Amino acid sequence: MLINIERTAFLEVNSLQKYKKLFFSTFELSACTFGGGFVIIPLMRKKFVEELGWIEEDEMMDLTAIAQSSPGAIAVNASILVGYHVAGFPGAMLTVLGTILPPLIIISIISMFYQAFRDNAIVNMAMAGMLCGVAAVICDVVINMAKTIFQKKRLLPVIVMLGSFVAVRFFSVNIIVIILVCGVIGAADTWHQGKMRKVGDKR
Amino acid sequence: MIYLELFWSFFQIGLFSIGGGYAAMPLIQNQVVDIHPWLTMTQFADIMTIAEMTPGPIAINSATFVGIQVAGLPGAVIATVGCVFPSCVIVMTLAYIYYRFRGLNMVQGILAGLRPAVIAMIASAGISLLIMAFYGQRTLPNDLTSLDVTAVIIFTFGIFVLRKWKPNPLWVMVGSGVVGIIMYSLV
Repeated sequence: MLINIERTAFLEVNSLQKYKKLFFSTFELSACTFGGGFVIIPLMRKKFVEELGWIEEDEMMDLTAIAQSSPGAIAVNASILVGYHVAGFPGAMLTVLGTILPPLIIISIISMFYQAFRDNAIVNMAMAGMLCGVAAVICDVVINMAKTIFQKKRLLPVIVMLGSFVAVRFFSVNIIVIILVCGVIGAADTWHQGKMRKVGDKR
Repeated sequence: MIYLELFWSFFQIGLFSIGGGYAAMPLIQNQVVDIHPWLTMTQFADIMTIAEMTPGPIAINSATFVGIQVAGLPGAVIATVGCVFPSCVIVMTLAYIYYRFRGLNMVQGILAGLRPAVIAMIASAGISLLIMAFYGQRTLPNDLTSLDVTAVIIFTFGIFVLRKWKPNPLWVMVGSGVVGIIMYSLV
């Protein structure tokens, strides 16, 4: 009951306050999300569903699905959706700004010192070590992702995966071409499966 | 016109990196190392490392870094805007369609078709970084035994720790950096 009153009260707060809150919430989330990608989703859920009550639980699930299905960084996509949902187009612009400002500021500062940073012997050793760490992290991610493909126990995804690898690694085929071709394959596969299901229903 | 080129390159990166996170990596390499001479492979490896250590999406981090290197702060802003522009348009359109019709069967089907290809491309970009870490150059040398043994040890240890204990990758990165300083100063 109390929560409900608070929520209504919140909705009545003037829109400037709401815009401010949107901007600073996404700014804070973006500044604290290391590792990028999916990490931001549970944090956003906590902020906007639990803390502020601006979004319903299952609505957040839908927004996550759209953020994942769209091109671009998941963190950016999710914040566009949250902003749009809460305060329309201006809200979306504010949340995008809040999400891209922290990395923009941090990387700008780092790249100003990049040369001095790179010439330092100790930094060099650390960077060489960390590059091995990045390679290990990517290797781990690839193993986990490839596992999900093999677990489907279907031939087509495995062929697409191996074919794309050979195409990009050994024949330097343009990545955009591969994405477009595989998108068409995916669409044709979905259409074909849908048709098979219909035929099965009739029988 | 360098600003336009920056915008267009990162527009394409934003438009075609589907699946989030590391999916942007091969596209960034393609645009800023292969197509445009904006970064060397060493700088690319550096920015991937920095991107992993700092908050924010990889694509945004690299857009800022490349933009600054190529055309200063305005370049950074333009590259970043180019990177998020496709997202803004597409996400809002999809949200509209979603609330209107509920369910995105075909979109999900296309995504399912893309997933294996995205994995393959991440694997390929990962191999490029691995060659960089082991040999300090872009392509495999003729003499395959000339590798950096220290790097191989750190990599092997890193992958072992990740598979066995599944820690936050950030700790593996920090650990690799510390071990790197210790081992390289001893060699």
